[in-house]
Amino acid sequence: MREHLILRLVSKFLIPFIILFGLYVQFHGDFGPGGGFQAGVIIAAGCILYGLVYGLEALRQAIPQSIVITLVALGLTIYAGTGFVTMMLGGKYLDYQWLAHDPAHGHHYGILIVELGVGITVAATMLAIYYGFAGRGEPTDS
Amino acid sequence: MLLVLLVVTALTIVRVRSILAVVMLGGIYSFLMASVFLVLDAVDVAFTEAAVGAGITTVLGLVALSLTVDREKIPSHNALLPLAVVVVTGAVLLFATQDMPNLGDPNAAPHQHVAPRYIEETPRAIGIPNIVTAVLADYRSFDTLGEVAVIFTAGIGVMLLLGRRRKRKPEDSE
Repeated sequence: MREHLILRLVSKFLIPFIILFGLYVQFHGDFGPGGGFQAGVIIAAGCILYGLVYGLEALRQAIPQSIVITLVALGLTIYAGTGFVTMMLGGKYLDYQWLAHDPAHGHHYGILIVELGVGITVAATMLAIYYGFAGRGEPTDS
Repeated sequence: MLLVLLVVTALTIVRVRSILAVVMLGGIYSFLMASVFLVLDAVDVAFTEAAVGAGITTVLGLVALSLTVDREKIPSHNALLPLAVVVVTGAVLLFATQDMPNLGDPNAAPHQHVAPRYIEETPRAIGIPNIVTAVLADYRSFDTLGEVAVIFTAGIGVMLLLGRRRKRKPEDSE
């Protein structure tokens, strides 16, 4: 799709807003609709749009595959790790009220951290699936 | 009206032989479904449906399509048995909906169980306005942890199945 000038320009204009909206959904999920799952998918869709328009190599340079693999595991580690942190602070597994002095604040922090973990894993997994499919067609083309 | 459009889209998906059109119609179907959820006041579900069903599934479908041909093969087997299975399953599901409570009935079992407690407690104990997020990430955080583990497993599985070939390629050429 490298020759489509309009597509390239429009997507170049849109992608920052897509990522920004993804971040808004991610960190505003406790006030409005949305959360980690939706945010991760939106951010991954923005990155995949970049890959579709500018080519897989450009996306690989922006987000290397090794980092994606690390992020898939990192998100789950953040989620599961939050549970162990609350255990170390004296509570039960994933018992957020120990994260801050005020139990309500603790719950709020816990939700934000856990949603961040969800978002990272979802976005990275979607990108990994895209890399897996798109990379498969490549060697036969070249 | 929305449900009529849903049925029309589903029938078109069955009829059309071009897979590209099927992927696009799948996206349209998801958006219609999201509108239905929106009408039912399930904003979070509608959002998920629009982002996952219409967004990423369509994109991944297009990517997968670029690896294969655009035309669906004309099936050689008889369509009667699948049709019978679909009709019987549909009839059973319709029969099952007879026992479901009416939409928005405050005396229905799901609204009597833990839901009132969530609605009463969330503003005080957790202090966030979106109760859906509170239920997902706090009251039911073990379930969500399991879901994330499922997504993690799916990602690892795809990488192991599809990602390997790239690394072996240079070794083969040596």
